[in-house]
Amino acid sequence: MVHQPPIHRIAIRELRPGSKSQAAILRAVRKLGLTQVRAVQRMDLYFVRGKIAPEELDLLGRFLFSNPVTQAFEVQDGFEGAQAVEIAYLPGVTDPVADEILRSARELGIAGIDAAATGARYEFSCEGASSLCAEELDLIARNVLSNPVVQRHALGRIEIAFPDKTQASINVEEIGIHRMDDRALGLLDSQRRSALDPEELAVIRDYFRREGRPCTDVEYETIAQTWSEHCYHKTFKARIETEGGEEGELPLVVDNILKTYIKAATDEIAAPWVVSAFKDNAGIIEFDEDFDISFKVETHNHPSAIEPFGGANTGVGGVIRDVMAVSARPIAVTDILCFGAESSKEVARKGMSLERIRNGIVAGIQDYGNKMGIPTVNGGIHYHEKYATNPLVYCGCVGIAPKGAFFSTPEIGDRVFVIGGKTGRDGIRGATFSSMTMDGQTYESAGSSVQIGAPIVEKMAAEVIVQAREKRLYSGITDCGAGGLSSAVGEMASELGADVELSKVALKYPGLSPWEIWLSEAQERMVLAIPMAFRDAFIALCDANDVGWWDLGAFTGDGKLVVRYQGRKVLDLSCEFLHKGMPGRRLKAKKPTRSAPDAAAPVLRPSTEAGFGVRRILAQVMAHPAVASKEWAIRRYDHEVQGGTIRGPFSGPSQKGPSDAAVVKPLEIKSGKAISISNGFNPRYGEADAYNAAYSALDEAVRNAVAVGADPDRIAVTDNFCWGDPRKPENLWTLLRSAKACRDASVAHRTPFISGKDSFNNEFVGKDGTRISVPPSLLISAIGIVPQAEMSLGSAFKIENSRIYLVGEFKPELSASVYGELFAARYSVEGRGPEPSLAAPKVYRALHRAISQGLVLSCHDISDGGLAAAAAEMCLGGGRGAEISVEVAAGTDHNPLGTLFGETNGCFLAEVPQAKVAAFETALKGLPRVGLGTVLAEKALRFRLGSGHVESSDLEELGKAYTSETDRILGESSASGVAGGVA
Amino acid sequence: MKEPKAIVLHAAGTNRDVDAYYALKAAGADPRIIHVNALRKERSLLARSAILVIPGGFSYADAMGAGTLFALDIASYFKEEVSQFVAEGKAVLGICNGFQTLVKAGILPGFGGETRWATLTDNAEGRFECRWVTLAADESPCVWTKEVVFPVSCPVAHGEGRFAVSSLEKLTQLEEQGLIALRYVDEAGNPAQGRYPINPNGSPLDIAGICNPAGNVLGLMPHPENNIYKDRPVYGGGESGSGLSIFAAGVRYARAL
Repeated sequence: MVHQPPIHRIAIRELRPGSKSQAAILRAVRKLGLTQVRAVQRMDLYFVRGKIAPEELDLLGRFLFSNPVTQAFEVQDGFEGAQAVEIAYLPGVTDPVADEILRSARELGIAGIDAAATGARYEFSCEGASSLCAEELDLIARNVLSNPVVQRHALGRIEIAFPDKTQASINVEEIGIHRMDDRALGLLDSQRRSALDPEELAVIRDYFRREGRPCTDVEYETIAQTWSEHCYHKTFKARIETEGGEEGELPLVVDNILKTYIKAATDEIAAPWVVSAFKDNAGIIEFDEDFDISFKVETHNHPSAIEPFGGANTGVGGVIRDVMAVSARPIAVTDILCFGAESSKEVARKGMSLERIRNGIVAGIQDYGNKMGIPTVNGGIHYHEKYATNPLVYCGCVGIAPKGAFFSTPEIGDRVFVIGGKTGRDGIRGATFSSMTMDGQTYESAGSSVQIGAPIVEKMAAEVIVQAREKRLYSGITDCGAGGLSSAVGEMASELGADVELSKVALKYPGLSPWEIWLSEAQERMVLAIPMAFRDAFIALCDANDVGWWDLGAFTGDGKLVVRYQGRKVLDLSCEFLHKGMPGRRLKAKKPTRSAPDAAAPVLRPSTEAGFGVRRILAQVMAHPAVASKEWAIRRYDHEVQGGTIRGPFSGPSQKGPSDAAVVKPLEIKSGKAISISNGFNPRYGEADAYNAAYSALDEAVRNAVAVGADPDRIAVTDNFCWGDPRKPENLWTLLRSAKACRDASVAHRTPFISGKDSFNNEFVGKDGTRISVPPSLLISAIGIVPQAEMSLGSAFKIENSRIYLVGEFKPELSASVYGELFAARYSVEGRGPEPSLAAPKVYRALHRAISQGLVLSCHDISDGGLAAAAAEMCLGGGRGAEISVEVAAGTDHNPLGTLFGETNGCFLAEVPQAKVAAFETALKGLPRVGLGTVLAEKALRFRLGSGHVESSDLEELGKAYTSETDRILGESSASGVAGGVA
Repeated sequence: MKEPKAIVLHAAGTNRDVDAYYALKAAGADPRIIHVNALRKERSLLARSAILVIPGGFSYADAMGAGTLFALDIASYFKEEVSQFVAEGKAVLGICNGFQTLVKAGILPGFGGETRWATLTDNAEGRFECRWVTLAADESPCVWTKEVVFPVSCPVAHGEGRFAVSSLEKLTQLEEQGLIALRYVDEAGNPAQGRYPINPNGSPLDIAGICNPAGNVLGLMPHPENNIYKDRPVYGGGESGSGLSIFAAGVRYARAL
């Protein structure tokens, strides 16, 4: 037996306990009902294994592990655990700090360490003579301190186990699929959690029948991944029969949603400035004479539901790799998060409160974006009770590259390289996992599907790729995402074929079966095709930057994908079968029956009290989660790194107002142009009517871009559909209606789709069997070009006495509005949400001309909360008041509450200086616009409601309402008082 | 020397190296971003340069504390060269993670013995924050703030920016010797006096940056390299592009060396 070297334990104690993060833990513990706990003390734990001299342990503790000014360290060999909880990662979960310990210990001259790990210890002190029993400590560990998906805990002292140095398993299982009947196939599918349809299983069997052999587990898993919803988008490519539609709603058969609606719009618009749409990992458009820009938005919902930090973390990492995979330098990140409503706590997943999900996801995004050094410039946070068990995490990334820099045409003989991080068991079967409906079991069993990121490793890879691109050292590139190497190598070799050797892949720890290596979704890996002539130069570049590289084999040209392990063939499939052999899915869509809205119901009966209670309602609207400031999250993201953020998430001198879109001008740009990044999303509309909601999402994304100064003729969009189970005909109906609206809106605005993604089965089956599906959730994200960066606009009022214009076809709608949600109990506000504005494309172009001529000082789109909320936000950003004539806005059909709080497409408020009113009128001639107010020096927002009614809100009151959510969340996560300077 | 040579040192996880590069360039220096590994192969580069910038970022993922491992690199690989660089009075600037690195490497505050007595630790609010701040300079020997028109506006983006010392006396010493080169002030230029978020991290005496007694080494948490252009909107009390003046001061000084 091999002698195991000892594991040493070093604990780090704060000299001055009582940090705010510990206060947050204390609060969470008390929320569990354990009010006897008075204080909590956290300690960092470090574990190092090997022959290490006492003075070396001392050096590690003093120099590396502790900060002598604020902390003390203690080598705890022989330590007996007192009443406390200790947490460590499960074996195999990425622990980036552990790698740094090994590296830096060598740098310090300590050679004997062969393994390292980190952990944390929490000691609790209680009131008087009270204490915590083992069950209570366990409760705290599970609910506050750790997540069993990636961590384990112990009461008292935790023992660290390092993965064994056993012989790597070369066990390849043979599956006699060629002899299986349908029942056996079904059993195989559920055993291996492959989420394949019966028809697909039959096609796989038939393939191996023709081959006259069983398949290997590597082959089976590879096909399951490649044919998963996540990788193959089978719903979007399915042939769908529709039922129950009225004339013009939907055709009877839709063969391929993507082609019929999304790509169709792009083809119809045929914009010459679209460089790549739907072909590559990210969409690409022309930027200026020197550069192209790329854009991709993805979701990472299922992983974020069970491990919020890791899920969101790797979601950001994944979409950044998509941009790296079109040879671009990532320059900005945007993210849209959807959480359960505050009121829906009772249906939340066991052990996962709203706070935990929300904090974990925001922290995960913060960690990856900030450490990658990519500014998170824009985003949104939305709440709906149906997101409680299925939070949604949309992550987007923008990249820039010199014109013509992207190419991916590997040739025969080019080497198949993997670069970046090592491969572990992380994320095994992630693609099929993403394609499944979750239930209570998923939480316990999906451990290996979730990963923690190592952003610095990805950053180093990104730097190497940019340098290699400049030297043209590679002929092809793609990222390792869902499906791992099987997808990345499989797709890159889909025409040429390739022959690769899995034992060349560096592993985080031994013991992985060949199929696990091939399918691992370990993060931070890219696959490149390297011509033999550049192999040495590429390796030298990787080495100089400490980036790992592994040469797995070559592209062959015979159209076959061959995978070996230690020379033995473990996979031998025709690329044709793997990539084109999947039988098309056949699905049915059926129009959901809904109670026809009572014709009389939408009529709103406004309060008869004087002034209609506008002031009180506006305060409630500003505090509504759909409107309220998200400053608590936004400031945790670095939105300034890279120095190109012209307009970040906040607007106005107060930096309190919201921005409609981000404006970014990377430092290398010389043309004076800038990039706008914006989103359109609304789950309330999604529930009301899928068509109107999708149309509105696209209109909003474009509207936001136009508001900051983007040229409506240079805006491209991406779609992200998050839906429930597509095999339910009613779900599919709303999906089709959304897709149709995408096409209609895209063509109307002439904003082509350049990329898209879908995520299905966002459903949760509760213990009682009830299914909760997310509302139809379509995110449209837009990337646009601002012709002159210095002409871009914010949303904050700038100069007192300037004129406030309502621009656009104003059709305020109370159904599905924030107002409707707030007062649903009092008024029956049914309907289909805001209708499309057919005038919008013309209005946007005219407004853009006015902005380009310098006629507009500030501009803000009207969205959640309606005209009143938009005006209030402009006031708050600028620290200036306004007077608005509601009579003028409402026209003849005067309904003050509907006018103020109804939501509409196609409209803006624009601030026009008095001197330029005439020129502005000319610029918008023939289009709907009306001057309805004035900017005031006085810090009040006044509405003239007609018949002499005036209601006024002071800005301080509005500001308090607007920041109420932020104040509450920050109040929960930190204590008051400054800790002071002496440690 | 017309364009003083400047090194922007890059370690794994450094991320505002390019931002610092553009700021140095705009200020009239001849900058070069160089990876730690490359500098190890070409150590004489330090002797041939007049400016050393340790830029912001998350070097080595902030493992074991921000700046700890970058400081270890400096101590392990360039101890002599960097000591000589500082001793010769060449200009050194550590921004954010670079400031943390200089403090953890013992280069700042640069007096008071071998035992480390100063550090940068968790913000008082207990979280990373990105926001614009306004800076003012004290009377100090610092070469990076000389003839700079204050206030200067620029963003902060950090989680470990609260300056901390092992005893109050040390704080008094810093102040009396005029080594508190930069402080957080409000838009009108009044001292923040610890008020959050004007002072974003709870640093005592509103310390945003400190220099060594000779004045040639400055470490600061805020990012003046992110406010170097006239054509972008800025926030706080300073003007568009006001961050550039700090780099310009360093370059002016280096040019005269």
